[in-house]
Amino acid sequence: MSSNYPQVLLQNRKPDRIATLDEYRQSGGYRALKDVLKDYSHKDVQQAVMDSNLLGRGGAAFPTGMKLMSVADDAAFPRYIICNADEMEPGTFKDRVLIHADPHMLIEGIIIAGYASLAEKGIIFIRPEYENAARILEREIQIARDEGYLGKNILGSDYSLEIIVHRSAGRYICGEVTALMNALMGKRPNPMKPPPYPTEKGLWDKPTVLSNVETFACIPHIIRNGGQWFKDLAKTKNGAGTKIFGISGKVNKPGCYELPLGVRLGEIIEDYAGGMSSGSVFKACLPGGASTGFLPRQYYDIEMDFDSLRNVGNRLGTGAIMVFDQKTCLVGATVNLIEFFARESCGWCTPCREGLPYILDLLKRIESGDGEPAHLPMLEQMGKFLWNAYCAFAPGAVAPLESLLEHFGDEIQEHINQKKCPFK
Amino acid sequence: MIPADLRQSLKEHIDQVEHPRELAVDVIFAIQDFYGNLTDEGVREAAELLDMSPLEIDQLATFYTFIYRESVGKYVIHVCDSVVCWVNGYESVWEYLCRKLGIQAGETTSDGLFTLLKVCCIGYCDRSPAMLINRKAYGNLTAEKIDEILENLKEEALQNAEAGMRKSE
Repeated sequence: MSSNYPQVLLQNRKPDRIATLDEYRQSGGYRALKDVLKDYSHKDVQQAVMDSNLLGRGGAAFPTGMKLMSVADDAAFPRYIICNADEMEPGTFKDRVLIHADPHMLIEGIIIAGYASLAEKGIIFIRPEYENAARILEREIQIARDEGYLGKNILGSDYSLEIIVHRSAGRYICGEVTALMNALMGKRPNPMKPPPYPTEKGLWDKPTVLSNVETFACIPHIIRNGGQWFKDLAKTKNGAGTKIFGISGKVNKPGCYELPLGVRLGEIIEDYAGGMSSGSVFKACLPGGASTGFLPRQYYDIEMDFDSLRNVGNRLGTGAIMVFDQKTCLVGATVNLIEFFARESCGWCTPCREGLPYILDLLKRIESGDGEPAHLPMLEQMGKFLWNAYCAFAPGAVAPLESLLEHFGDEIQEHINQKKCPFK
Repeated sequence: MIPADLRQSLKEHIDQVEHPRELAVDVIFAIQDFYGNLTDEGVREAAELLDMSPLEIDQLATFYTFIYRESVGKYVIHVCDSVVCWVNGYESVWEYLCRKLGIQAGETTSDGLFTLLKVCCIGYCDRSPAMLINRKAYGNLTAEKIDEILENLKEEALQNAEAGMRKSE
């Protein structure tokens, strides 16, 4: 490794077990909660998070402080705080690693964010594939309650909060905030179009703040060390914090690495992921999950931060980096990605329900050697239509397609010219 | 019909929450665990317990990946077919399983032990190719590893069956 970056979120990570409550406390855990309940108003907490420039780590990068502040002073009660542990973005496994490393960091983060929005009820929404993590959380929530960190009058203060774990039965769209709330209410989880926004009328029509696992885990550290410290963790000027990058695909050491935001892609691959697999040369990666675009070789040294990826027409997403090599057919990869999205589309609105199978059909023809030059403008046009869909699912789904057309047009053309996949 | 003690425990749980339907998935899972899959009878029972219509239960049941409206084997194998596993050879894992078990997607082995399904990314991309069997994840799959996993499960099923017989004697 070229340098040792500070470990914040994964500082207590162990190879084979979770950090216990005592281990978490020895590393400073629950100190932020004590300070907050003693010396901070809930608005002070909102301001502290705002000052840190923390952006949501679930993929949308919305400023967390702003979300907390958007709960109006006179908003109704009870209010809800929801942790999104659904993590169904293909390629993403950081939240699983984080929960298995240090569950109390997440629990403390939810309690502090709950206090900032004066929520009385907390819910962790978790995918069924993470049954182990769900059991760990239920057990550790009980331990936190026994210690007075949860329940009535937390640590002798006026603030009370209960947290429960809600198991989903598995569907990608449940990660979308409004769909997730429908799921929690026992309704078919189709998304709803705001307004009203969840912080105004969310779960059971009550004000609801929802964030991702990694986002919550940042909050105790921000309270303890301050917003400036958090901003200084990032390598880029406008960035803030560390990021858990989950890297997979054609690298020697796939896994989760906590690194400063703004670290270069090449550095992650070479110094942390053990370099490219034997015989593999970097061709492209998806920088942040399946709903981001292919990032070609020319951006190998890009700074991995929200702004820098946005500047090249891409997104940091969840920070799940999937690496493809020179032997991988990116038309084939896109077929796989669109197949996923077509299957997971909730079917509520026409552009998404009808558009994705249409795109899939065209791509499959090209991949199998039946492609025609006329298919290219058809793909482009249908990609544009998908931006008219009801929620963010479809625009995310076309990100790989649009980047394929932009950066790998030659590869598509080769399929059409050779009347077969050139990689087979 | 679900047993009285299961009905009672579900009812007690439902009585404790503000909105019964927030437990819809939990109740469906519990009923599915009893029958092996969510039967028509199970749909009606869930609806009655939750004060929802059977149609509302079916709206959920047909939406979610891990609720089975058709009968499945004792072990449901969900093989990840998303992009990282695709890059790392999920197709050979899938073909091997089909050949080994003698079934195709959605089918169950004649001994009623295994059902084979594809599933989207299960979040084990660092141990790809991966699959999930009854919610337990298995990664870095090879033919040898799959053989071992299936043998262990067969052994486990046999022991459970013997234990069940002893209990009923």
